[in-house]
Amino acid sequence: MEYMRLNKKNLAAFIEELKQKCEVWGPVKEGDQVKFAPVSNVSDVDLEQFKNTTMSPKEIFFPQSEIMLSFKREGEGANIYRDEQSVPSKKAIFGIRPCDARAFRILDMIFKNDQFADNYWLTKRDAVTLVGLGCKEPCSTCFCTSVNSHPFDETGLDVMVTDLGEHYLLRVLTKKGRELLAGSHVLREPSEANIEAYKTVRKNAEDAMTVQFGTDKVNGKTVLELFNEDYWQRISEPCLNCSTCSYVCPTCHCFDIQDEVFREGGQRIRNWESCMSWIFTVHATGHNPRPGKKERVRQRFMHKFKYIPMKRDGEIGCVGCGRCVTMCPVNIDVREVVKQMNS
Amino acid sequence: MKNPYLPYPVRIEETVIETEDRNIKSFKLAFLKEEDCKAFDYTPGQFAQLSVTGKGEIPIGIASSPTEGDHLLFTVNKMGVVTTALHNLSEGSIMGVRGPLGNSYPFDKMKGKDVTIIGGGYAFTTLRSTIVYMLDGKNRADFGKITLIYGARTPGMLLYKETLEEWSKRDDISYNVTVDRDAPGWTGRVGFVPAVTEQVAPSSENAIAVICGPPIMIKFTLPVMVKLGFTPEQTITSLENRMKCGIGICGRCNVGPEYVCKDGPVFSMAQLKEMPQEY
Repeated sequence: MEYMRLNKKNLAAFIEELKQKCEVWGPVKEGDQVKFAPVSNVSDVDLEQFKNTTMSPKEIFFPQSEIMLSFKREGEGANIYRDEQSVPSKKAIFGIRPCDARAFRILDMIFKNDQFADNYWLTKRDAVTLVGLGCKEPCSTCFCTSVNSHPFDETGLDVMVTDLGEHYLLRVLTKKGRELLAGSHVLREPSEANIEAYKTVRKNAEDAMTVQFGTDKVNGKTVLELFNEDYWQRISEPCLNCSTCSYVCPTCHCFDIQDEVFREGGQRIRNWESCMSWIFTVHATGHNPRPGKKERVRQRFMHKFKYIPMKRDGEIGCVGCGRCVTMCPVNIDVREVVKQMNS
Repeated sequence: MKNPYLPYPVRIEETVIETEDRNIKSFKLAFLKEEDCKAFDYTPGQFAQLSVTGKGEIPIGIASSPTEGDHLLFTVNKMGVVTTALHNLSEGSIMGVRGPLGNSYPFDKMKGKDVTIIGGGYAFTTLRSTIVYMLDGKNRADFGKITLIYGARTPGMLLYKETLEEWSKRDDISYNVTVDRDAPGWTGRVGFVPAVTEQVAPSSENAIAVICGPPIMIKFTLPVMVKLGFTPEQTITSLENRMKCGIGICGRCNVGPEYVCKDGPVFSMAQLKEMPQEY
């Protein structure tokens, strides 16, 4: 495994070097929130205080609203849909947390299934090199170790960065990662002591994150056994169906497709949607297969913890980022729900 | 990169009002481009997304059979925004078709067996496709006895009257078309589909049954099938759910772990037994 060392004093110079190759995105402060955005000034990026972004970074590849196709309604070529795919710019995303990178890997499996590939997701994804930042101090709402991950999970990353105080230690994981770092004048060969320090930081972080629940019994039960449990009524009772959990979630990927008309033309657009909404499943006849919040709340948890693992070789559709725990207005806690499912 | 969301442009060649309530219309479509026609390689039971610019897309079963040539046939009940817009389009209009989508009826399992087709109301579209396909000269020898049981409320609500007329004259299909109540000029069977199924009593030995219709018809027909000895594995149906992407990604049409759009719409009753009833 290749390691490199970056003195924190050289972070600005390093980012400038990367900018020669591609756009560089990082966790940038915007008002009272932090979000991934192009880094224009390195002082906008505060990696020392950075825990994680409020919204998941899925919007980089899966924007909240995205133009898919366009059409004219008059003249030559009227009513024929035209492809509006653009060639995305090459980007390096710096400081992505391991949970969010793992979520990208899960979404890769969803946006490209055994028969179809979603070009809008894949082209943007292919153009990105992910430089992760290992988690030294997990938040109280984090639970990655309970969902087959850990604070230094390298799944989906091209480079993993570890904060060693004075330095960053960079672990090169893929060819893409190697190409991004090649030719740098500020990266140095790390000492043995640096690598040892990295291992200690990593181990301490992993030890600090105790496993809060298992999913073995969820896997052992049939779909109908879980589906017909009584606890769904109780769990869904306080839910407002506000969809906040879906919008902040790094693995929620459901979308709606709508045509919008403007003057003589229009566009086919996709927008984030949520299984919390009644309109998500309602038929044209008015019949709704998931008529109430019990059915909708159950769907969200079953999808992540039963259906996705069944269809994607045991991969859990949750990465333990804890955003839904933090943001839910009525304190529905996914950890408590899965504990019940696994009881 | 190939865009699975891009509809093929097609022209409406012909429209036919199918039913006396004028609410169900068939659209015969022709591809504008030869290569799109070649790419649209389908099997009965599959569906497609029909697009009307500015209105959106709807998933509709393919009613034509690939044995009928290059045109596609869709039969659409006027119900929501897109279907209403579609009904207002005239012959010659340009619209979009995306597909074929979904699995198909299990022809690999149906080969060499008797096939019973039971349909009700306007859920007869992909069943039409299936029967046309099986009766085609090249395919007929692949199947044993073919039995059709098809019911509608009134004679005027039966779809594809000309095609039914042709089938009624053939000797290689047991033709049992019924209406709920006696009607002036109607000389065929009278009775609900479950009762007619019991009278016709197709054999379950080395047989497959495909059943599509309104939920009430399916509910009362299934016990008859059990009585006739059809196992859940031998009994096939097709589901519908609200859809957008049609390719197993957008997340709304799932019934348990299965996406109706990609893993279905065709399922056996054995599969449905293991799945929640979210359809």
